[in-house]
Amino acid sequence: MPQAEPLLTVSDLSLDFGTPRGRLHALRNVHFAVPKGRIVGIVGESGCGKSTLAHSLMRLVPGNADIVAGTIDFEGENILELGERRLRELRGQRISMVFQDPMTALNPVTTIGRQMYEIQYRSKRSSAEKRTAAIEMLERVGIPDAASRLDAYPHHFSGGMRQRLCIAMALLTRPALLVADEPTTALDATLEVQIINMLKDLQSDLGCSVVFVSHHLGTVAELCDDVVVMYAGEVVEKGPVREIFHRPSHPYTQALFECDPGRIKEKTRELPTIPGELPDLRNVPGGCIFKARCPKAFGRCEREHPEPYVAEGEDHVARCFLLDEEEVAA
Amino acid sequence: MLFYFIRRLGLSVIVVVLAVTILNVMLHLVPGDPAVMILGPRATPELIAKTREAMGLDRSFPMQMAIFFGNVLRGDLGRDVFTDRSVTTIVMEQLPYTLMLITASIAWAAALGIPLGCYSALHRNTWLDKITGVLSVSTISIPSFVMALYALLAFAVGLKWFPAVGAGEGFADSFHHLVLPAFAVGISWVGYLARIVRASMLEVLGETHVRMARAFGLRERKIVVAYALRIAVLPAVTLIGAGVAYLLSAAVFAEVIFARPGIGALIVKAVDSRNYPIVLGCVLVTTGIIVVATLISDLVNAWLDPRVRENL
Repeated sequence: MPQAEPLLTVSDLSLDFGTPRGRLHALRNVHFAVPKGRIVGIVGESGCGKSTLAHSLMRLVPGNADIVAGTIDFEGENILELGERRLRELRGQRISMVFQDPMTALNPVTTIGRQMYEIQYRSKRSSAEKRTAAIEMLERVGIPDAASRLDAYPHHFSGGMRQRLCIAMALLTRPALLVADEPTTALDATLEVQIINMLKDLQSDLGCSVVFVSHHLGTVAELCDDVVVMYAGEVVEKGPVREIFHRPSHPYTQALFECDPGRIKEKTRELPTIPGELPDLRNVPGGCIFKARCPKAFGRCEREHPEPYVAEGEDHVARCFLLDEEEVAA
Repeated sequence: MLFYFIRRLGLSVIVVVLAVTILNVMLHLVPGDPAVMILGPRATPELIAKTREAMGLDRSFPMQMAIFFGNVLRGDLGRDVFTDRSVTTIVMEQLPYTLMLITASIAWAAALGIPLGCYSALHRNTWLDKITGVLSVSTISIPSFVMALYALLAFAVGLKWFPAVGAGEGFADSFHHLVLPAFAVGISWVGYLARIVRASMLEVLGETHVRMARAFGLRERKIVVAYALRIAVLPAVTLIGAGVAYLLSAAVFAEVIFARPGIGALIVKAVDSRNYPIVLGCVLVTTGIIVVATLISDLVNAWLDPRVRENL
């Protein structure tokens, strides 16, 4: 992704969860970059580690998570090595986050105004200016009658409105990076479209980068510039959105598209699925991570773990031996 | 809001009337005639009949109740059978001691139990959390009168740090006398409150809004106090409100064991001597205390939680 210099570079990131039945290797050698001013989508099925990845970008992982290797380089600093104090300065200031469930993401016993005021605690502006900034941001995310709504509590708002509030809070401090963890999953389809359009407008206005986690291919195609496809804790394919959607190169990505109800043309009673189950990440099998479910698997997939091979198109790579020149030649 | 208070007041009146009526029925079912108790075994039947008439016992039961409640409305709880003093005066003399005891007990229990529960939740599975857990369960399972007896033996009789009996005079002396009974009554509440706060704190800390507060880089102390504890104390507040009834019964034992004046000591003596007006007066007052305590805990909940406030 040479168009812009990267704002955030995740290299070789591996994360384990300590569970009563052993260590679960939830992320393994994750590598991707977020260029300045671009929107990167992270897609994959439930349990593939996309939310864990999003949370680890801010080091907001649960207590039983253990980042065992890798670096997260953000504006010249490795987030994984920052002290608590410096990390807190970044959080909400340079990087902010929107969560999946807007119904529980806001403090239920504090007014919206107070919450928006509190997150500006580092700013030296006067209370009146902070209030004005809050009102302005609420108007931008489409909260009608914003000034009078500052005294309302979260439960006075609907789910869609609450997600707008969360986005307003996340962008209030003008961060360089917005991490959105499935922000539209809990919303219905019409609201989803509205939120996506709004995010798109706000992103181009404010010029921030966005990491957008979703399992919904349609929204990713609509919103994102680049796509990272994850499967069972690994990045299996990444590239510009056009390349991924027009020429998916990893069999998992291809299967994912075949299962997207939006792409099914023929009338059918049964929705297509990817046969098989996710591998047990407590004992990660050798070879390709997708081999058990892959229709194209062959001998080498059992023995070796594929590197990211260059696929057609610019900056497009996939971890599949079918792209290896040796295999292509054979 | 106004409607809420009217409703609560109406409910309180019903509760008080029910409690007093049930108590009256029970008193009448207890074998033994109060008039005979007062006059002793050698009283003549005429004297007994006269005393019964003076006490209003010759009337039908519903009539007695009606007269009692009529008097209550005028602030008259009747007269002590033995001394002929006004029951209202006697109860009001004793009330401050009991109020002081239960307030002191719950205050120190809350002041220790809530931070302890909060600490346990934040430092899960550390040694202090485990010790707190074990101590909580053990103090909860020890009855307060047993605790009172052992506290008396250890700190008053053995170590002689605190006086064994009475309530003392003046502020410092009263406080000195209050320490042991308040310790005995409150100790199990430390455990209760610590357990409740720990559990609800763990729940709230796992909620997304706490994570979101962290994602905004808010200070940890701010997150713990304003975002988590404020929500996590709600069940503890309800528990204290509902627990005032238990506190009162624990106070009865403590007052007897430490020979303190108070409603509890008064009630025990009055039941012993079939001094009905005193018993009824005490029950009326304690029921009132419970009703008010529940109301206060509901109001505190409403103050802390806007969702409760709006449903008042």
